Amino acid sequence: MSATEPQDSLRAGGTALEVARLRYVLRLGDTSLVLGQRLGAWIGHAPALEEELALANLALDFVGQARLLLGYAGELEGAGRDEDALAFLRDAPEFLNLTLAEQPNGDFAHTIVRQWLLDNWQLEVYQALSSSADTRLAAIAAKAVKETRYHHRFSSGWLIRLGDGTAESRQRVQRALDELWRFTDELFTPDEVDERARAAGIAPALPELAARWSARIEQELRAATLQRPAAQPYPWHGKRGAHSEHLGHMLAEMQHLPRTYPGARW
Amino acid sequence: MSGQPRAVSDPLPGSPAAGAAADPTDREQHVWEVLEKVPDPEIPVLSIVDLGIVRHVWQQADGRVRVGLTPTYSGCPATELIRTMVRAALDSAGFAAAILEEVLSPPWSSDWLTAAGRSKLRAFGIAPPEEAVASPRRLWQAAAVSCPRCGSRQTERLSEFGSTPCKAHYRCGECREPFDYFKCL
Repeated sequence: MSATEPQDSLRAGGTALEVARLRYVLRLGDTSLVLGQRLGAWIGHAPALEEELALANLALDFVGQARLLLGYAGELEGAGRDEDALAFLRDAPEFLNLTLAEQPNGDFAHTIVRQWLLDNWQLEVYQALSSSADTRLAAIAAKAVKETRYHHRFSSGWLIRLGDGTAESRQRVQRALDELWRFTDELFTPDEVDERARAAGIAPALPELAARWSARIEQELRAATLQRPAAQPYPWHGKRGAHSEHLGHMLAEMQHLPRTYPGARW
Repeated sequence: MSGQPRAVSDPLPGSPAAGAAADPTDREQHVWEVLEKVPDPEIPVLSIVDLGIVRHVWQQADGRVRVGLTPTYSGCPATELIRTMVRAALDSAGFAAAILEEVLSPPWSSDWLTAAGRSKLRAFGIAPPEEAVASPRRLWQAAAVSCPRCGSRQTERLSEFGSTPCKAHYRCGECREPFDYFKCL
């Protein structure tokens, strides 16, 4: 898919800063939602009960974060959409999640690598956002970062065990790393939304976070005896609404019920 | 997921960040007593006051009472049920006009479990958070967790994550019983 301009309606109305703030919050919320949905699909399929509990707990935290963030996005948008409407009634081009978050679960090693890359990203982003000029965002981030530390302990622990494990586990986790690495360029490449949010004191400067992220990635890869893949800049723009082919399929499943039975309740 | 209260991010009177609160009025005191009888749905030996999730109770000039609740974990499924239970308890105690609001900042910490709450947890068979300092450093150290049954510190972690977001699963090396540990957050 090419990096076309997002086809959503979010550009309508509002100052440039208001639009940037909304889009920035949606990116965070959508990334959590999509990742939470992916992790939830492990329920009933994880390699061991403990890992099943862990992945389900992570999924729950991400959906909870998504609820807080999308609820806030709905208020910022001011169009009467709540977190449910944003989660279930938008199409793929309106989702602004990082492309990495929507990648399929693959095997357990694949899920761990995706999780570990994003946990490290979230650690930096939420830590920095805890002192955001946007007090609502700061409150959500300060809460989330405490959960993220648990997630990171889980994912980095498994990265090391799999990498420094058997020949089979090592080969699988290295393969997952090689396949997913191309999506990491998007994590810290700022665009005009990031820049505007940063200038307003809402969001941190991504290049500064990138250096810290990279240093910890390096350190943990060494502990896991894994090879860091070469940099692979690639035009992934999930955060601008241009997604890989996987998101639409995931949304079809996630949104099926509320779209087929509008207003359905438990 | 609808009907979520608007988040309040500023420290409010009565929250730890706001320093010492004024003496509660009789009505505020009454509301606290009502809330002390609302159990946590997942760990019913604890009241929501024991758990430290009631952040403030204060009376407005117009007489309505505001009650601030904070979630333990962002995605804790009990949050909504707790809200419903608080609403019902306040209704039946004559506070139908009370305003419930969600407080996100400062984020809930397991340090806010009361001393009474910790004792109740232990008596129920759940090891309370070991240290009253929920710092990132504490998270990375393998804090020795005492068995809630025999008190032994010869315990091992079986699973980082347990039956609810706030618990991990442990086993005692002496009495061999498995038990839940209430995680530091």
